[in-house]
Amino acid sequence: MVLVVKKIVLALGLALFLAGVGARADTLDQVRARGALVCGVNIGLAGFGLPDDRGSWRGFDIDYCRAVAAAIFGDAQKVRFTPLSGKDRFTALQSGEIDILSRNTTWTQSREAGQGLLFVGINYFDGQAFLARKARNLKSVRDLKGASICVQQGTTTELNLADYFRKTGISAETVVFTGGDEALKAYESGRCDAYTTDGSALYAQRLKLSAPDDHEVLAETLSKEPFGPVVRQGDDRWFNLVKWTHFALLDAEELGVTSANVESLRESQNPEIRRLLGADNDFGAGLGLSKDWVARIVKAVGNYGEIFSRNLGEGSPLKIPRGLNAQWRDGGLHYAPPVR
Amino acid sequence: MSDFLRAEFLSPLPPPPARGKSWREKLFGDARATAITLGLLVAAGLLLPPAVRYLFIDAVWTAPDGALCRAPGAGACWAYVAAKLPFFIYGAYPQPWRVNTAFLLALVLIVWLLRPRAKYKNYALGGFFIGLPVVGFILLHGAPALGLPVVGTNLWGGALVSLIMALAGMTAALPGGVALALGRRSKLPALRWLCVGTIEFVRGAPLIAVLFMANVLLPLFLPPDWAPDRLLRPLFGIALFASAYMAEVVRGGLAAVPLGQSEAAAALGFSRWQGLRLIVLPQALGAVVPGIVNNFVALFKDTTLVAIVGLFDFLHAIETARLDPAWAGPQIALTGYIFAAAFYLGFCLAMSSYARALEGRLAEARR
Repeated sequence: MVLVVKKIVLALGLALFLAGVGARADTLDQVRARGALVCGVNIGLAGFGLPDDRGSWRGFDIDYCRAVAAAIFGDAQKVRFTPLSGKDRFTALQSGEIDILSRNTTWTQSREAGQGLLFVGINYFDGQAFLARKARNLKSVRDLKGASICVQQGTTTELNLADYFRKTGISAETVVFTGGDEALKAYESGRCDAYTTDGSALYAQRLKLSAPDDHEVLAETLSKEPFGPVVRQGDDRWFNLVKWTHFALLDAEELGVTSANVESLRESQNPEIRRLLGADNDFGAGLGLSKDWVARIVKAVGNYGEIFSRNLGEGSPLKIPRGLNAQWRDGGLHYAPPVR
Repeated sequence: MSDFLRAEFLSPLPPPPARGKSWREKLFGDARATAITLGLLVAAGLLLPPAVRYLFIDAVWTAPDGALCRAPGAGACWAYVAAKLPFFIYGAYPQPWRVNTAFLLALVLIVWLLRPRAKYKNYALGGFFIGLPVVGFILLHGAPALGLPVVGTNLWGGALVSLIMALAGMTAALPGGVALALGRRSKLPALRWLCVGTIEFVRGAPLIAVLFMANVLLPLFLPPDWAPDRLLRPLFGIALFASAYMAEVVRGGLAAVPLGQSEAAAALGFSRWQGLRLIVLPQALGAVVPGIVNNFVALFKDTTLVAIVGLFDFLHAIETARLDPAWAGPQIALTGYIFAAAFYLGFCLAMSSYARALEGRLAEARR
């Protein structure tokens, strides 16, 4: 009896859910009608998404939302940010409450195949890294042999670390703490030789130390954490729009188009730049956008390199090196298909 | 025959002293009192100087960014609190004057209501329960017709959200709690069961579970345009919660009023409602003032739970701001939490000291 009731409730819920999904097929039309993009972001992660002194959002993930808004409206301010915890980020996207999830979310197979989501690409290559004192002069993770390493309890970082030691046969002591701040404190007090968590977070954690410059993040990483914006399945036009906004940011950097020179480059003779900025042909129409969509994006938020530098890289307090996030020509992994 | 019965009278105890003990007698009257006083003085002497040094002497009062606060030996970083203060109070709200006006209005009404001998209290009551929500909504949410642009609740944050949650919870809790408590004593079975069911269900589920359900499940089952605002969802949850807990406190008060009171009211020709409103409820509520205030204090601090559904309440605004790489440093988290503690402590102390004064007045009136 209970089972039957359960089944009926589930079926009813699913039917309502599907009816709701069916009712909102075209995201772009909805965004236009609403007059603003609704973007799901992190409730607070240094460099990626954080309110500033006045409460307006800044960060790498935030600028991706602003880029999409600029492509659609020509105005990077037409975004509403919905801060989401790790638990309710996917429901918010599935239920149509947000249009894009731009929240340092790791691309995994189960998230895409099992939860009705689509990752538009990788905009940040992250991985588990180590923080250690510069004075120790470590060249690689293997030099941590016999060292003690601080780690937060119950995270994938703890599991990755154990896997790595088992795989390589290196023996090191793992010291487990319940919170990230406690683990960092222990590292600073000298209880551990190194502290490990995701690389992007390590640079922010390093700033909490009293002498950040005495510590370095090792370049070697243990795990693959590819971050990217996420959209719902079932709306290919919207998927394409967000995906090509991402590619346009990368193409603009590769071709040297910046927020400073985008206006003057409209007259450029370089055919690749002319195509990118829509000087001759209209490549925006296929995405439901105007001819100068890339110019709008770059003018509003800059190219990928500018976004990276402003929020994470040399232009920010975090000073994260480009590393894997450099263009393919500079030894990184970013390789965007051309606009043509 | 019996060893446990006294055979002779005890000598009488000395009469109580005519005047109370002086402070010196209280603190150093005998060896035990002296030892305890001295022990506590030593503890204070050990703890206070470092605290004062950290909070005031070594503290950084003005700085453009976190560099000064990161210096070794630096104390609390008040410069960071000063820089982030607008965010702590208003969140991302673009026009602070609207929030300030609403705060001021609420403050005036509350002081008016709580002053013992203020005049025209009926107007204040109407203003608080009807005027304030309406005017507050128009001011904060906006009314384009009146020249106030709409401000989406995604921009609200900080103390604004905390105080709205607490005020809405308290405003709903008293009438809601009284209604539920009366319903629970009702002679109509359907009404009674409904009230008992509501109270027991809400008290049985953790607030976090209710907040998550409201936030995650509601939008899944409703079309996107129907799902209530992200600020309203926890607001409903908190109001419901506060009402259920208040109902049990009020029920305790109702049980403390002797049956003879309502019988006497009936004998004097009061109708049921008049008797309830003028005779029974004032005594019942007066008897449970400590319980009511206890609930309000708990409710005020429970509002910090809304952070888990992505709202920037006061505490969460502080938690978020401490991540700012421009300010991040060893002292930032501690400074932020000290500031948060002072904020919540200040409000809760104000509530409980008012309640103490009220209890004193009620006790005098009963004498």
